[in-house]
Amino acid sequence: MATNATAEPTRRDFLYIATGAVGAVGVAAAAWPFVYQMNPDAAALALSTTEVDISSLEEGQSMTVNWRGKPVFIRYRTEEEIDEAKKVPLGELKDIEARNANLPDSAEATDDNRGIKGDEALLVMIGVCTHLGCVPLGQKGDYGGWFCPCHGSHYDTAGRIRKGPAPENLAIPQFTLSDKKILKIG
Amino acid sequence: MSGHSSYQPQSKFAKWLEARLPILSLAHGSFIAFPTPKNLNWWWTFGGILAICLVVQIATGIVLVMHYTPHADMAFDSVEGIMRDVNYGWLLRYMHANGASMFFIAVYVHMARGLYYGSYKAPREVSWILGVIIYLLMMATGFMGYVLPWGQMSFWGATVITNFFSAIPWVGDTIATWLWGGFSVGNPTLQRFFSLHYLLPFMIAGVVILHVWAFHTTGNNNPSGIEPKSDQDTVPFHPYYTMKDLLYIVFFLIFFAWFMFYIPNYLGHADNYIEANPLSTPAHIVPEWYYLPFYAILRAIPSKLGGVIAMFASILILFVVPWLDTSKVRSATFRPLYKQFFWIFIAVVIGLGYLGSKPAEGIYVTLSRIGTFWYFFHFIVILPLLGMLEKPKPLPASISEAVLGKKGGGSSPPSGSAASPENRG
Repeated sequence: MATNATAEPTRRDFLYIATGAVGAVGVAAAAWPFVYQMNPDAAALALSTTEVDISSLEEGQSMTVNWRGKPVFIRYRTEEEIDEAKKVPLGELKDIEARNANLPDSAEATDDNRGIKGDEALLVMIGVCTHLGCVPLGQKGDYGGWFCPCHGSHYDTAGRIRKGPAPENLAIPQFTLSDKKILKIG
Repeated sequence: MSGHSSYQPQSKFAKWLEARLPILSLAHGSFIAFPTPKNLNWWWTFGGILAICLVVQIATGIVLVMHYTPHADMAFDSVEGIMRDVNYGWLLRYMHANGASMFFIAVYVHMARGLYYGSYKAPREVSWILGVIIYLLMMATGFMGYVLPWGQMSFWGATVITNFFSAIPWVGDTIATWLWGGFSVGNPTLQRFFSLHYLLPFMIAGVVILHVWAFHTTGNNNPSGIEPKSDQDTVPFHPYYTMKDLLYIVFFLIFFAWFMFYIPNYLGHADNYIEANPLSTPAHIVPEWYYLPFYAILRAIPSKLGGVIAMFASILILFVVPWLDTSKVRSATFRPLYKQFFWIFIAVVIGLGYLGSKPAEGIYVTLSRIGTFWYFFHFIVILPLLGMLEKPKPLPASISEAVLGKKGGGSSPPSGSAASPENRG
């Protein structure tokens, strides 16, 4: 098909471009469901919130629940653990951000900001090491908190990284606590 | 493959690639410059439509498998999960299910074109045979696909079809057990059907490539059945047939969309929304509509083995059509008697399809037997005899003459000139 670059655009040129444009929109619209279908479906989204009854949790006890396929540590800390955590000056911390999804990103990693208002003993954290994703072991390590055996990261009693290759404090998910001691994560 | 390429690579990249893998000149020679008879009518657009159908089925199939579980305990629920939970799952499922029906509608039109215009005749016998192979692969794929949702029709259709093999003398039961992976249709059967259902479409794609290669070697047939004699008789594939194919693909997609969005379950069977129950057979087992003519032939013969043989024969006979038809004239346009028998044949096949959907009782059985008889009579008696007895109309000298000859080039019988695409019946 001869193309005449110098002459006026013809009706044929217009038709080609218009058809091509409409066709491109059609192809994009047809392709969209194929791409979008990989997003979490309704069944996966239903699992995005987990409720846990923590009324039986006593001081010094921990429990681990499955939330969105990951372990969540729930610990009712002892007095000593709380005091230890409060004593640490911010300057000594490797990561000074609170990493608490219930607070703004800029919040600092004080012990208050790692816990929940009204119950400083309760610690809820995603039990995934921020280094490469192993599950740390509780009440182990040089700081009395958690120790990750994979590459030797040490977390303190507020779950903050103190020593080792992990870059961030253990993340705290969004959660609420009802009067009936039902913890709703996510 | 195609000796028609006048392609000269322009850019540095094109030259570099051509020297290493001449894929650009292959594409150019096959689908841009390829000299195609200039008189092709809309029946010829179904090849392109079929290619689109295959792509749609593979694309929807691959994304559906991301959400489907091929185990008897979970298959049905996973399909319901696709319909209810998966983003656009309802759309993808309906696209795949209705796409299968569309695929068969298109293949039947495509085959009818071949039978009417003599596209199976020398030198295109291999194109035809490859086409029949594709059709068989499609039937196997469709059958296994229908089993996967594990509804009542899935299960019982699978039971009926696999039981065919038990009709074979001596080895029949061994073969049936081997197919099932057990004593009856069950989870092993479902899992292997899933594997093969995923595999076969890629076999189909391979045979399609051979099919295109074959008719590109001989050149396309055309409505007059007369081979191109000069450049006057052909046009380059692009833009004439790229655009024509694209237009008819759009029409076809509208037809497809009508079913998919407004009547997505019309061509299916309500019983398949009931989970498979090995202990309870539905009152009327029917396969999907595209198998119904063969189902009618199967049930017309009173003997178990006889029915199975007749059914397979009715499909396999297609392989030898190039040798059953003795006519020296290709296109039915110039074969007044064959034209009539062709449409009778089409009516008989549609009639058998209707009868296949009915219970195998009373008048339906009688009519099925008449239809079955006529089906084989058409191939075994009419095709060979017509070639010898029929007096064809005079053939135009060339395609150009056929196309331009409406106003008096070559004898134009009153019922419609030589290659006028609209006058065929």
